[in-house]
Amino acid sequence: MADKYVGKRVKRTEDPRLIKGLAHYVDDIGLPGTLHVAFVRSMYAHARITGIDTSEALKVPGVVAVYTGKDIATKIGPVPCAAALPDLKVPDYRVLATDKVLFVGHPIAAVVATDKYAARDAAEILYPGVELEELPAVVSIIDGVPTTPVIHEHFGDNIAYKLTSGEGDIEAAMKAADRIVKQKMIHQRLAPIAMEPRGVLARYFPGEEELTVWSSTQIPHLLRTQLALMIGIPENKLRVITPEVGGGFGSKLNVYAEEALLGWISMQLGKPVKWIESRRENVAATIHGRAQVGTVEVGIKNDGTITGLRYNVVADLGAYHQLLTPAIPTLTGLMLSGAYKIPAIQMNVTGVFTNKMSTDAYRGAGRPEATYVVERVMDVIARELNLDPIEVRRKNFPKADEFPFHTATGLDYDSGDYEAALKKALDLSGYQKLREEQKKARDNGKLIGIGLSSYVEICALGPSQAMPAGGWESATVRIEPTGKVTVLTGASPHGQGQETSFAQIAADEVGVDLNDVTVIHGDTGIVQYGIGTFGSRATAVGGTAVLIAIHKLKEKAAKIAAHMMQCDASRLSFEAGCYSKQEAAAAAVTGKSEPVVPVGEGPAGALNEVPTPTNGRNKITIQEIALAAHIAKELPPDTEPGLSATYFFEPKNFTFPFGTHICVVEIDKDTGETKIIKYVAVDDCGKVINPLLVDGQVHGGIVQSIGQALYEEVVYDEQGQLVTGELMDYALPRASQMPWFDTDRTETPSPVNPLGVKGVGEAGTIGATPAIVNAVVDALSPYGVKHLDMPVRPEAVWRIIRAPEG
Amino acid sequence: MKQAISINVNGVDYPGEVEPRMLLVHYLRDVLGLTGTHVGCETSICGACTILIDGQAVKSCTMFAVQADGSNVTTIEGLAANGNLHPVQEGFWECHGLQCGYCTPGMIMTSTQIIDRNPDPSREEIRHGLEGNLCRCTGYQHIVEAVEYAAKKASA
Repeated sequence: MADKYVGKRVKRTEDPRLIKGLAHYVDDIGLPGTLHVAFVRSMYAHARITGIDTSEALKVPGVVAVYTGKDIATKIGPVPCAAALPDLKVPDYRVLATDKVLFVGHPIAAVVATDKYAARDAAEILYPGVELEELPAVVSIIDGVPTTPVIHEHFGDNIAYKLTSGEGDIEAAMKAADRIVKQKMIHQRLAPIAMEPRGVLARYFPGEEELTVWSSTQIPHLLRTQLALMIGIPENKLRVITPEVGGGFGSKLNVYAEEALLGWISMQLGKPVKWIESRRENVAATIHGRAQVGTVEVGIKNDGTITGLRYNVVADLGAYHQLLTPAIPTLTGLMLSGAYKIPAIQMNVTGVFTNKMSTDAYRGAGRPEATYVVERVMDVIARELNLDPIEVRRKNFPKADEFPFHTATGLDYDSGDYEAALKKALDLSGYQKLREEQKKARDNGKLIGIGLSSYVEICALGPSQAMPAGGWESATVRIEPTGKVTVLTGASPHGQGQETSFAQIAADEVGVDLNDVTVIHGDTGIVQYGIGTFGSRATAVGGTAVLIAIHKLKEKAAKIAAHMMQCDASRLSFEAGCYSKQEAAAAAVTGKSEPVVPVGEGPAGALNEVPTPTNGRNKITIQEIALAAHIAKELPPDTEPGLSATYFFEPKNFTFPFGTHICVVEIDKDTGETKIIKYVAVDDCGKVINPLLVDGQVHGGIVQSIGQALYEEVVYDEQGQLVTGELMDYALPRASQMPWFDTDRTETPSPVNPLGVKGVGEAGTIGATPAIVNAVVDALSPYGVKHLDMPVRPEAVWRIIRAPEG
Repeated sequence: MKQAISINVNGVDYPGEVEPRMLLVHYLRDVLGLTGTHVGCETSICGACTILIDGQAVKSCTMFAVQADGSNVTTIEGLAANGNLHPVQEGFWECHGLQCGYCTPGMIMTSTQIIDRNPDPSREEIRHGLEGNLCRCTGYQHIVEAVEYAAKKASA
């Protein structure tokens, strides 16, 4: 069927409410009688709680209640961790601290008041009432596993787990090498900083015994299940609604203490309660990302062929495990083959507890670390062998006909043509000319650097076997009596635009106008169980569920159509939302004996039923069928009324998008500042549903990469004090610092799903960081620089430039 | 003690009494129910709360409601005239200048000032004008294109 919408730059259907200021984020929902919650949080990284006096706070006008760790310790279950690793140590993570605080921002008490100003006043007044005995803090992992003090005393040390992964004989691979290249790399701690901080509104109906929780989350259904277990309310009495969500980037792919506590407080007080995270709370107590320090060793032949790769890494997990904390570094291990044939790979990871907020899934989640390790070390190898970085990459690429391609990390890459993306990026950037210009600029005393990255990522998470809580996604599609098409998706998009892209898929498949489709998500009271939006999965997995649900729906619609037109279903063709009875004679004349039939139906048969006026109509729209299906007077025997289908799609494999990014930087010799003067991104995310949305995802992803490469870092000082606790100190990329992006694509469809899509949400964040750092290192290579750690701040660059020669 | 104020918001006079410490953004959102203006950082860094006060783009999270007494305020809800989108709103829609939408009202209000001051801004001037507004989704490129679109449309 001709695609009217899929593949086109369709403007987003969700935009009108957003650009008019009429959308509803959690804080925009006002319920009468709502009480407001403010938290008292630790200002120390590590301290023993010796007493809490709440009496002064309770005197503040408007204060209704104050809860401390002791009040809830036996009432609310621990914050859950879904990662299952062998011998994993899992600390008991209570929603309010009980005997010790373990990080700056650790909640100690919750104050409930009639308005938010009073709640904050009371929280401030309460803080001096908290008696804390400060303890030394475990902060840095730069020099390996910190041994003292032990944060969770009963564990005996600060090691949460140790894991070795990979395939192939790594020792033999290293022996077979002509030389070994070794490089230590730091992946600094980052804060996701969704522009909308977290927020929770909870309302309990004591009569109905029902609790509704509005939360700014990426996973409404998983959150419902976990909250039901934590609070002890039947899951079918709990409804989670995610209204508009102002960005997530993985930070809202979690179950947080505040979500459970708010639900519980509402049940205690029988009133709606609201908590909106301040930005300071957001930086301190919403998950962080990255935070790995590792050393990569690569065995190479003198021609650049890689024989083996080993990565020894310490991962800074923070004080507790949030939902996926310990699992994130394991994703790094999965992607250490990058875009290359590497016969043996080994990762040895040690996850350690520190007195900091938990790390967890931040856009890319473990894969940016792998890509950075591989793509950075490719440049180190090129330098070692005095080869062009492109040559080293080409030498180790699998060829397009080698897919599915098995890696020594245990994966099977679905499809790819890495050379094609590389070539396109080289052509688009004018690479040879760039190198010539660089040489000229250098001769004129300018510092120009060119860096590239040929990345692969793992997306469309994923088969359920590889996921902690289901890797499928669900969709229900129904055609209402008036012919309007309703799509309910279990994915819960929060800015990615699936209200539009899923409507495109549905409008094309059902053959209706885009405006006749509404996509509903993020409400467990309305939508069937779903997994959520993360891991670049929503379109590849959730979009496929929509597609197949429509196929199922059309099987039924065709039977009803055949019944209404008094013919066999095999004689129907479907086009532009309309079933038509095929003229058998006409088909014979044209020689085309196979009319278009919907999936699930047999091919045109031999029935020679000649239409006559008495047979009734020869055409009927699917929207008319929907009405007939609901009125149910004209249905074939044994047919259920209604026109609706649900499908849960379970992918057989992940997908593996890839691409090449090329970055050109110029460094200001006087200030050490890095300016990106050209950026070319060629990405292959398989089939594209909406190029406009794909460009948006790519741009945004690259900018988060630039943030990591050049600006961002969550900094804790030696005492574990958070010194980048506001946006005044945590440096987010700004419009004036960002370059223009030239984007293009190659298109290698994924065989994993019938849409052929691979996913694109994290591509920029995974692929771009090494291209930028490689460019900076290249620019500074005249100074003998072989590696720089992120973020590459002007000061560090300035010192290199100013250092006395030799 | 509460203080009497009167602020004209989107063409309507709102007399009221507020605590002197009430932030303007809370007055707009919680008292007047105009929730299109968002709070993103509470420190004037992110610009999600940007509104126009007497035609000037201002961050309403670090201004008290009493300071706006007697002024004319325009919020995102008041931008579309007679149901027609403002060229900047149109530009954001056409050019995919938003994803999660949270920074968008502030971005749009700031952008109206950019083209008010300079009907034909260069890309560099647009980026400079957007420096006080943070977006974590778009990478800014589509926002720059949206402002270019709006500038063309407004001067057409």
